[in-house]
Amino acid sequence: MLEWLSDNRSSIAAVIIVLLAITFVVSIFIGRRQTVLRAKDEVFGDPERTKGGWYWAVCGISALLLAWFYYSWGVGRAYFPSAANEMCQIAKLEESISPITAALPIGSRYYKSTLLVARNNNQLADLKNELPTEAFTAEEQAELKTILEQTSRLITNSSDPANLNKESEAKLAALGDQLKELTNELRAGPQGLTPTSEALAQPKWGVSDIEIPVLPMTAKGVLFDAVATKGQELTSTFVKIRNHIPVNDELIADTKERIAALKKANKTAEGDETVAETRNAYVKAVERIFKRLDDGFIFPAKSLDGINTAIGELNDAKDEARGSLGLIDAVFFPGDGVVKSKTQCTEQGSARWLPKPTDVVATFGKLANPDLESGGGYRGFPLLWWKWLPVGDVVGFVVPDWIADAWPGEYARHGADGKIEPNFKDKLLSVAQGEVELGSIPWLDGHIWDSLFRVLVALGLGIFIGVPLGLFMGVSKFFKSFFDPLIELYRPVPPLAWAPLILTIFGIQDDGKIFLLFMVAFAIMVISARTGASGTQLSKIRAAHSLGSTDRQIMWNVILPNAMPEILTGIRIAIGVCWGTLVAAEMLAGTTGVGFIENIARTVSDYELIWVTILIMGLLGLMFDLMMRWVIDKTIPWRGKG
Amino acid sequence: MSDLVCSDLSMTFTNPQTGAAVEALKDINFTLKKGELLSVLGPSGCGKTTLLNMIAGFLIPTGGNSTLGGNVIDGPGVERGMVFQQGALFEWLPVSKNVDYGLRMKNTDPAESRKLVEKWLDIVGLQGFGDTPTYQLSGGMQQRVALARCLINDPDVILMDEPLGALDALTREKMQSLVLELWKETGKTIMIITHSVEEALLLGERLFVMAPRPGRIYKEYNLPFAERGLTESLRDIKQDEHFSEVREEILTMIWDMEEEIMGRA
Repeated sequence: MLEWLSDNRSSIAAVIIVLLAITFVVSIFIGRRQTVLRAKDEVFGDPERTKGGWYWAVCGISALLLAWFYYSWGVGRAYFPSAANEMCQIAKLEESISPITAALPIGSRYYKSTLLVARNNNQLADLKNELPTEAFTAEEQAELKTILEQTSRLITNSSDPANLNKESEAKLAALGDQLKELTNELRAGPQGLTPTSEALAQPKWGVSDIEIPVLPMTAKGVLFDAVATKGQELTSTFVKIRNHIPVNDELIADTKERIAALKKANKTAEGDETVAETRNAYVKAVERIFKRLDDGFIFPAKSLDGINTAIGELNDAKDEARGSLGLIDAVFFPGDGVVKSKTQCTEQGSARWLPKPTDVVATFGKLANPDLESGGGYRGFPLLWWKWLPVGDVVGFVVPDWIADAWPGEYARHGADGKIEPNFKDKLLSVAQGEVELGSIPWLDGHIWDSLFRVLVALGLGIFIGVPLGLFMGVSKFFKSFFDPLIELYRPVPPLAWAPLILTIFGIQDDGKIFLLFMVAFAIMVISARTGASGTQLSKIRAAHSLGSTDRQIMWNVILPNAMPEILTGIRIAIGVCWGTLVAAEMLAGTTGVGFIENIARTVSDYELIWVTILIMGLLGLMFDLMMRWVIDKTIPWRGKG
Repeated sequence: MSDLVCSDLSMTFTNPQTGAAVEALKDINFTLKKGELLSVLGPSGCGKTTLLNMIAGFLIPTGGNSTLGGNVIDGPGVERGMVFQQGALFEWLPVSKNVDYGLRMKNTDPAESRKLVEKWLDIVGLQGFGDTPTYQLSGGMQQRVALARCLINDPDVILMDEPLGALDALTREKMQSLVLELWKETGKTIMIITHSVEEALLLGERLFVMAPRPGRIYKEYNLPFAERGLTESLRDIKQDEHFSEVREEILTMIWDMEEEIMGRA
């Protein structure tokens, strides 16, 4: 069943999207009709006007889901399942010829040669102006000027089509022809081409970790893939072509010699350090520009025109061959489309960080699967399941070791026969350390349970210690004045600011997180219980006194129930804050928990998993709150009616 | 011999900020015999409630003392039951649990307290309301619960602090009859603080009119109306000429006191 759902998720999504669109339109229609009907009954500003309106909720939710489907390319995948694979092949072609286009005004604004000329000319002019006359002798200055002059001539010579190396010219012409052939191949169309069986056996789009299958799965894709492979070869030929011209050879040799002579002079020159430094720096700068110009990267602009035209035609052919895919790309694939990197094709833009709703459900299903052997759970731990918990472990957890230490007597020592006879103290220690067989009980297990357990234990401790203290603070000057400063000192510090300290002291296991959450819950419970206690009506307390209650009876029978609304509200707030703090604490350290999953998912950029953990946390938080609201409604119906 | 005796009862409040002392009550002397019904009237701020709170034991007097049956009052106790203006019911408990609160505090046998609760709910006219949450009751019914809760403890004196002040006129009249009935049936000493001159006249076998600054008993009346109220309709009594005379006299008295306060302020 799950397999089937997973395999057919595109089709399922296609149906869901249609249903969502219908729901969206229908809810708007109902909403508009209802608005017209009610408009006469209620005046603007009447709170009654906000009652009801489920259709707008439906409208909003379906709009949100539709937007999610659209921006995550869920719509694209549902209706054009092979589009991404074809876009990947086109991206391959673009990638393969990108080094050529980058050197031409097609890929950038100028010819690469034009940019080189402009930059080097500028730098040469700067050097000429900045010549440090105080550091060089007149002779040397003349020499430097000659060098700059000759370097400048290298540029002029390279740019002149008359000087162009015949061999290079031939190579460029051949390349242009080959590009034209490629263009013709693209124009001929995909007739007769079939994808290989290897390509067809690839997992579908989004099913595996690889986002988009790389091998072409359609005839059109095969065409683009083949052209891309050939384009790759042409590119490697292109990048090897150099414009080494004979006119420059002599000039280069001469300039090299002159620079070497200057460098030698610099080494032997005597004088103060700053002058030496200036000389060295200047000569080095001159040499740097010269070296950039002696390896034939500058071509005459005219010589590249042929290639430029050929690539332009190839691009036009590519757009033609792409056909309707271009429109689909523009409409259904918002963002930057598909990009090919070294080994894989990836979605770009919103589709990259916004996973498809169906993928999120599938990831959740995989995570929720308690069968670890079939790849369920996360990091060898289920999301939420059960296990056999040895009772001995619980006893060991609850009973501290020092009880055994404090027991009178000594631990056993090995006897003369080399055997150890455990005495009562030893047995007590083994119980305290959980090494006792007491059977097992079924118990919850998994990442979610670990997170819940931490919150519940911390909250329980916070309630059992915080509420009594808060009640006493509400009625006693001593308790109020003694504890108020202590609590008010630590409470304003954000819990996450405590986290590094607490986690360092207690370690990354449960106790550190539980203590951190306890600090949060404790302060909230103290404050709410105190507010509740001090808010008790004096007449009720006086009535209780006159009815013969002792102080303890008043505490238990009047002040506590009177503070119940505040205490329960406090618990509700504490759960929310604890939950938020916990997830952050689990991100800082730990090996289990929902926050831990999200943190690992973050480090490997697993967007689906990140979204799943976000949804889990949101739903659990909502569940807590609904539960507390229900408890409040059930347990304190008198609230606000006293 | 459980008379309530106040001798030279004084109360001086000190403002903690300014240190100024205010004489809320000065040298109050009176004896309330067992079974007497006393109502206390006076303008706002004359110390009526302070007097009641001292007798209840919520405030310790700064001078003199009060005794009940010869014992000096130095704290709240079951022998002095209280009824407050708003009922001061425990809204988290149903009616029966409110009524038997005092018994539960004494660990009375549950079966016995159930019987007592039935009895008192019956007397105050709340049969069958035992399981009703108190917040669902009307103001008058809440005061009936408060009365039952107080009386079930069998106090010697019942102290009422404007018990009917928050009720509408009709309910108020019914409750006045109930108070008179309870007085007659139980024979308890009752002290009622009230703002309403009519109520004070109707419910006061004895009536103190108090005056402010310092709070003191200005004038004392002995009135026949409470006795008559046991048999006659309260509305008829209000029509009585003598009733009207005393009412006008007291109204004028209190009016003048209020004027004086305003003049001084």
